Amino acid sequence: MKMNGAQMVCEALVAEGVKTVFGYPGGAIMNVYDAIYKQDGFEHILNRHEQASVHAADGYARANGEVGVAMVTSGPGFTNAVTGLATAYMDSIPLVVISGQVPQMLLGTDGFQEIDAIGISRPCTKHNYLVRDIADLPRILKEAFHIARTGRPGPVLVDIPKDITAEIGEFVYPDSVELPSYMDVPKVEAVDINAAVEAILVAKKPLLYIGGGAVLSNASDAIRKLAEITQIPAVETLMALGVMGADNPLRLGMLGMHGSYASNMAMSETDLIISLGARFDDRVTGKLSEFAKYAKVIHVDIDPANISKLVAVDYPIVGDVTEAVEMMIPALEGKVNGEQYADWREVLARYEALYPQSFEDSDEVIKPQWVIERLGETLGEQAIITSDVGQHQMWAAQHFPFDRPRQWINSGGLGTMGFGLPAAMGAKKAFPNKTVINVTGDGSILMNVQELVTASEYKIPVINVILNNHFLGMVRQWQTFFYEERYAETDLTFQPNFKALAEACHGIGYDVTTKEEFDAALKDAIEQDKVAFINIQVARFENVLPMVPANAALNSMMLPKIANPDKGEK
Amino acid sequence: MTKVRRVISIVVENESSVLSRVAGLFSGRGYNIGTLTVAPMPNSQRSRITIATQGDERTIAQITKQLNKLIPVYEVVEHNEMVEKEMVLVKFPLTESLADIEVLCEAYNGTIVNVGVDMCIGMVADEPCRVKHFIEASNRFSPIEIVRGGVVAIER
Repeated sequence: MKMNGAQMVCEALVAEGVKTVFGYPGGAIMNVYDAIYKQDGFEHILNRHEQASVHAADGYARANGEVGVAMVTSGPGFTNAVTGLATAYMDSIPLVVISGQVPQMLLGTDGFQEIDAIGISRPCTKHNYLVRDIADLPRILKEAFHIARTGRPGPVLVDIPKDITAEIGEFVYPDSVELPSYMDVPKVEAVDINAAVEAILVAKKPLLYIGGGAVLSNASDAIRKLAEITQIPAVETLMALGVMGADNPLRLGMLGMHGSYASNMAMSETDLIISLGARFDDRVTGKLSEFAKYAKVIHVDIDPANISKLVAVDYPIVGDVTEAVEMMIPALEGKVNGEQYADWREVLARYEALYPQSFEDSDEVIKPQWVIERLGETLGEQAIITSDVGQHQMWAAQHFPFDRPRQWINSGGLGTMGFGLPAAMGAKKAFPNKTVINVTGDGSILMNVQELVTASEYKIPVINVILNNHFLGMVRQWQTFFYEERYAETDLTFQPNFKALAEACHGIGYDVTTKEEFDAALKDAIEQDKVAFINIQVARFENVLPMVPANAALNSMMLPKIANPDKGEK
Repeated sequence: MTKVRRVISIVVENESSVLSRVAGLFSGRGYNIGTLTVAPMPNSQRSRITIATQGDERTIAQITKQLNKLIPVYEVVEHNEMVEKEMVLVKFPLTESLADIEVLCEAYNGTIVNVGVDMCIGMVADEPCRVKHFIEASNRFSPIEIVRGGVVAIER
């Protein structure tokens, strides 16, 4: 069928099953927006900043596992989108981002709103394309979706010059892709599984180390089964919360810089790491030379480059983590029993009892951890929690009882402030019937606060729980611990009236200073069904603990002060 | 870990952005490029990039794996048993003895490829260490300009 390039873009999106596109128009992408105006195959959400468009597409993809789609114009439209691309790239989130580009006759001439999008995005996309011929456009769009969603997922940019979107060509959307140089999913080798199984059978202190790849691969059911039949304890990274389920007795919690005492001690003492879709990030390992010194390592990863990148691996398994775990289960079933690792579990249970994930609550001031626990008690499984980046993110990770994968959406790898609100909007578009809460701070929320307007216009009622300590809290915490309390540029005492700000953008705002007010505000916000700010004054100098200082050994944690009953403390 | 020198051949789709993808991967991840040679492969839509690099064994392994992840990369070969050559052109003033320069070039399996009014150009194509020695030896004939190419290699 004959049509112009802009119509081809719309047809391809429909063919890929895209229901929602997040974007922002501009000169070089106008032809595509003209085609969007004339179609009804998908909905377009007009964000108020391109960064938010990409984060919203990202939140959508993280919530439902499908490819998120964003659309931006050339030049500043594209550069605004770069943080979104990098965020998705670091966490392996499948996105297709379509950017306009100046007409080909202007390429390389420093034309108006021209920037080398391919050059800039190369290190923060899985792949990118500059379309040079209308005949290539259908194939490139097909390949973009295929590359984004297969193998180790990631964002793909398609940069389309304006003359291409205007040009008429023949549109036949390919049924399949031919990319002989691209290996999408490497097949798990049975011989590798057998070697790993042998290692598990002789281990005394094995530990499941679960990463974000387990979420991306939808491996939760298989991993829970593996844990159940082997009774091997498990730790989760920040990106894997929900895979085991919060009340799973084998789950020790999150590990790493702000991981639980038991998790970090388990990692320090294990003799066999069974890594399932994790990548030994520095926030997990702490000082590498001290990391898991007594452990052999089984590493399941779909990306061969992750294997032995940081930690030498004894039993590499390249491939999809669900497939690998499903191959392990029959090989282990009946060969291990609950008793085999009982001593190990008992040691870990003592660690859990010694320093449970706790905090000292207060009647005078709201503790941020209390807010998170209250959210968990009130909403539980039916909520999706997104977050920005900082203390609030860590408190949410530590204290919310995540029951299922994809319930927790945050920027783990890049650590992007301003991610939470647009990501929450994306998640809400994917699951309109779920309550979506963005746990945020008074610093982060102001990056992309313009999305209040978008959320109001499109009736995307996400609730922003602002843990307001009038500080850029995580940086302040480091200044307290490591910079002799020199609070350089972290005091956020001067701040907007958050309640009024929400209301100015047609949402609803609440100022909260007591626990009762919080309960009332949360209940009302859910009933009102509007985008909301719940602005909570929390304890100003609360720290995120435990904490492993940067590049310290994982077992050298700063811990909350323990009450000494002998001194009358409780 | 000790550093080793390694020659890596990369077979890629012959497209405009592929060299920047490969070079950008090296610079972005802090890998070293000693020399780099690119040319289209005969009778195909592919090009061969040959890179001489150095690093410890883990870095070399990472380079190979990361290169394999690039979509337009078909094949990555870490050479072990190879024939390896590079080329150098040296321009000498004719105030030096043409006969002596020719003898030097021939000692390195090279030759004089051009003689002008006041200069001549010698060429040597040989293994990198031999090329290095040739350049050192040619210094006694007051070279005006030395142009050295990158490595090409073929597995034996």
